[in-house]
Amino acid sequence: MSMSKQIRNEISDTVVITRRNLYRYIRLPQLVFFSSIQPIMFLTLFNFVFGGAIGNGTAIPGGKYINYLLPGILAQTMLFGGLQTGIGLAEDMGKGIIDRFRSLPMSRSAVMAGRTLSDMVRNLTVAGIMLTVGTLLGFRFQNGFINAIGMIGILLLFSFAFSWVAAFLGMSVGDAETAQLASFVIVFPLTFASAAFVPIQTMPSWLQVFARNQPVTHLVQAARELALGVPSNGAIWKSAVWSLAILSIFVPLAIARYRSRAV
Amino acid sequence: MKKPYAFEVKDVAKYYDGGKVKALDGVTLQAEQGKIFGLLGPNGAGKTTIVRMLSTLLSPTRGTAKVLGIDVDKEPNKVREIIGLAGQYAAVDEFLTGRENIYMSGRLYHLGHAEAKKRTADILERLQLTDAADRQVKTYSGGMRRRLDLGASLIGQPKILFLDEPTTGLDPRTRLDLWNIIRDLVAGGTTILLTTQYLEEADELADHIAVIDHGKVIAEGTSDQLKARLGGDVVEFQLAHKRDLATALKAVASHAKKEPTIDEDGLTITVPVKDGSRSLMAVVGALNTAKIIPTSLSLHRPSLDDVFLALTGKKTQTSEDAASSASKKGKK
Repeated sequence: MSMSKQIRNEISDTVVITRRNLYRYIRLPQLVFFSSIQPIMFLTLFNFVFGGAIGNGTAIPGGKYINYLLPGILAQTMLFGGLQTGIGLAEDMGKGIIDRFRSLPMSRSAVMAGRTLSDMVRNLTVAGIMLTVGTLLGFRFQNGFINAIGMIGILLLFSFAFSWVAAFLGMSVGDAETAQLASFVIVFPLTFASAAFVPIQTMPSWLQVFARNQPVTHLVQAARELALGVPSNGAIWKSAVWSLAILSIFVPLAIARYRSRAV
Repeated sequence: MKKPYAFEVKDVAKYYDGGKVKALDGVTLQAEQGKIFGLLGPNGAGKTTIVRMLSTLLSPTRGTAKVLGIDVDKEPNKVREIIGLAGQYAAVDEFLTGRENIYMSGRLYHLGHAEAKKRTADILERLQLTDAADRQVKTYSGGMRRRLDLGASLIGQPKILFLDEPTTGLDPRTRLDLWNIIRDLVAGGTTILLTTQYLEEADELADHIAVIDHGKVIAEGTSDQLKARLGGDVVEFQLAHKRDLATALKAVASHAKKEPTIDEDGLTITVPVKDGSRSLMAVVGALNTAKIIPTSLSLHRPSLDDVFLALTGKKTQTSEDAASSASKKGKK
């Protein structure tokens, strides 16, 4: 097969699988609805519960906790949304659909590329819903339109990267429930021990070391810089590098896991 | 050059847990093109493992598997171009319509839009799914899902079709429908590997049957050859009174090919005979002369059920429960 035909097939297969996954979200809108409810709950509760304690005004541009909080919650949502990829793949595996795909003369990467791309589309939708709710609660971008788009971009890149981590996990455990439990174990420490909800200075010093240097903190700080103009000491680049590094490791791992027939 | 086998496995084994679990333990099979090859065995015998190997989903621990002469392990993509796989789990997508499911498979075989659309419509028609084609699969019955799954595997016009227990769990009518579809496919030139735990199914459909148990082939041949291994026809009759037993045995002795067997009830006598209905007449004459009127009398050939029982010492599952099948044995 010629190289160009092979590339054409890769793209066409990926498009077919992406569309197939998106049909599911379109025909089962409650899926997207419920994946938005939890972060909206977090957003609302945190805003009214922690908002007072942490204080409006002080150092936050625009003067409101919601401006500080929303990029944090968005980062958490992207991480969680990315990890859903594993659950979707594990479900397909359980139903034998992955076996059907594996027996077809199709590209070996399309099943996972299609899944991670469609999950990115879903995450974009969820981010749109969150921004709308956030705006109703008083959130305002402080740093111009281009940077606002940049914030969405850096968040989606991160969700895409974690989608591939989840793809690898999902293909490895092969069971939707285990995949779900594994996601919780990853989401909670990474988001709570980060700058997502509270300033890192308030944490014990041993935790600060972890919190300062892990990817969700970089992502949250990058999102805040882009949304609010808070200088972040290069977090945008750090976050982008994290995402690309994760992709460069987990894309080949996940594809190798899919190709492997020794299971 | 000799026509290559439709598929061929040579001494394949699949071990798990460092050899503790032997899913397959040295299986050799060869299937001619254009026929139905039946792989018969109970749950866990290794049938699915063979199918997964031939359909590129699994690498063997040892041995080689070839489809139309192409080594599955060395050139899996070439093999994928010429095979179709439909399994017992009906791997179809609930949220897509029937039409979308088949069309999607077509696109993944890299058919163009127009061609995929046309073939999809043909297959839906052939599998009698046209009316339901634009409904989401979640509204489909079990039988419709199986047909759709089969349809999705047909869109690439496979030369070799692997059907892994396609009728397990289906009601008898739906099963008959699927049998007819399978016969049509073979008439159209497709080679089929059919795995089943139902004896009637292998008996009805397969040109050649391999019986497999515990990862090994324990018998192979046509349905008739397998039955012949049990020694052909038997006449079976039941007495009204136990006191007639000795007289009856003496009367039929000269017509028996082998020693007749007596059931636990002491009333039912099974006489292996040489010559079908001719022997039946002779037995009837002999009993009549001895003035014995049996309460029931029948001639039957051994079913695959008997063959399986003889080979493995256990019954396979039938579509009905084991008891009713035992009483119906051989009345086909």
